[in-house]
Amino acid sequence: MSDLARTRADFPILHQQVNGKPLVYLDNGATSQKPRAVIDALVHYYERDNSNVHRGLHTLSMRATDAYEGARTRIAKFIHAADPAEIIFTRGTTESINIVARSWAQAHLKPGDVILTTEMEHHSNLVPWQQAAKAAGATLNYIPVLGADAEGGLDYAALDTLLTPAVKLLAFTHISNTLGTVNDAAELCRRARAVGAVTLIDAAQSIGHAPIDVQTLGCDFLVFSGHKMCGPTGIGVLYGRRALLDKLAPDETGGGMVVTVTYEGANWKPSPERHEAGTPNVADAIALGAACDYIDTIGREAIAAHDHHLGAVAMEKLSAIPGIRIIGPRLGQPRAGLVSFGFPDVHAHDIVTFADEDGLALRGGHHCNQPLMRKLGLTSTTRASFYFYNTAQEIDVLVASLRRIQKFFVG
Amino acid sequence: MSADLSELYQQVILDHNRRPRNRGKLPTANRVAHGNNPSCGDECSVYLQLDGDRITNLSFDGSGCAISQASASLMTTQLKGKTAAETQKLYDDFHHIVTTGEAPEDISDLAAFAGVHTFPARIKCATLGWHAALNALKGDPLPATTETHKD
Repeated sequence: MSDLARTRADFPILHQQVNGKPLVYLDNGATSQKPRAVIDALVHYYERDNSNVHRGLHTLSMRATDAYEGARTRIAKFIHAADPAEIIFTRGTTESINIVARSWAQAHLKPGDVILTTEMEHHSNLVPWQQAAKAAGATLNYIPVLGADAEGGLDYAALDTLLTPAVKLLAFTHISNTLGTVNDAAELCRRARAVGAVTLIDAAQSIGHAPIDVQTLGCDFLVFSGHKMCGPTGIGVLYGRRALLDKLAPDETGGGMVVTVTYEGANWKPSPERHEAGTPNVADAIALGAACDYIDTIGREAIAAHDHHLGAVAMEKLSAIPGIRIIGPRLGQPRAGLVSFGFPDVHAHDIVTFADEDGLALRGGHHCNQPLMRKLGLTSTTRASFYFYNTAQEIDVLVASLRRIQKFFVG
Repeated sequence: MSADLSELYQQVILDHNRRPRNRGKLPTANRVAHGNNPSCGDECSVYLQLDGDRITNLSFDGSGCAISQASASLMTTQLKGKTAAETQKLYDDFHHIVTTGEAPEDISDLAAFAGVHTFPARIKCATLGWHAALNALKGDPLPATTETHKD
């Protein structure tokens, strides 16, 4: 057992029975569980410091403001942003992408321009660009995935023809939530920059799973959700280079983001206030800062190594089940800590319902990846996704459950 | 296996899932409706051959979980010869079965779906084919979807 198994003690939710069996939570790609430290940060805030930020001169308001801005600084450090003002708090990855797809795209896209993305994007990094392209009369192009099971990852050779000067923005996922593919984010940013395109990295699946350094990645925007990195739901981040954020028109307007308001009009503060109209999600931002602290006490290198270990163990054991089809990187190739698979005779939803009987939390469906599923000739897969508190023994529970399910349906 | 799960996956359901009846396009169909369940990707098309408002023949096609496929298959064995009104009545009974677990005594194989009621997330799987059939009867050109139709 990995020494990271000791972290299980930090997660109250993991110590329960589901359907009479110990909970085996393998749905971390959807959301991670929360350690006591993060839950305590929420409780502490509401019990001790709750107040509105940026506008009060009383003690509680100053405490709340310090904690909120402290969280911004903490998160800036977590991803190596140059300046805390580059961290905009949002509701999550989806909202962060939508802000860029509306505000940035509106100001910069003209008819004939191209937005480039990939064939493996989550709907959240796909539909907003479809909308932005439509609104601007621009074209949305896709970097293809290679192989019948997308085992080849992105077709980097296709960049030679796809990355033209007409490309104004490249948006791509760091880690595919469906395939487990780890994209070469730094290389993609470097290539995009060479043609003058702005880059956006969807780090929803990589944040909290690996060291993230926006300086070495060389991206213009990076987006993620707090709830997939031990933080609360309803809080996420839009990172953007300061020069871009200070020029970006606010997507929402209202209190807190203005300098002067007259009956005739208003003007905006610089980032980050410019992009945070209204009372922000103070409590969850503070708890996200606590999540950064917690994750860094474990160490993201150690987490990444553990993810890759569990991914490899799962690949090896699942590959041995007759009839299974696993999509994404092949056995022996690098993959993130998740495995998506299917059986010809058993539907993913039947698998998930049966596995629940064994205490297993799995995800079944199209994983908000409908176009990719269609390309692979699938309607759904079952996904097991890991985090540092999962163990190799839990993968044994998964494999035993799958064998039982297969026996039941196929005989 | 738990009692709830064996109640959900009754033999009759497993049988229809393994050997679906009336599956594939119906060449003589004069109505068709497509159903989908956007949250899970299940799809079901129902082909009807109508004589007036009476179903003289029908088939289904699609992909999805055992519950959705078995339900559509079993439905096709129940609706042949039924009028639109009789179909609606049968659906109302079926809906009652999958949401409450209570089956009328004269309801035959449809009662096999009583176990669905303990798995609320699966009710929409069981009703997908029925939504498509009802839409085909109405001549509704829109795809049936579990997100806009009440289960």
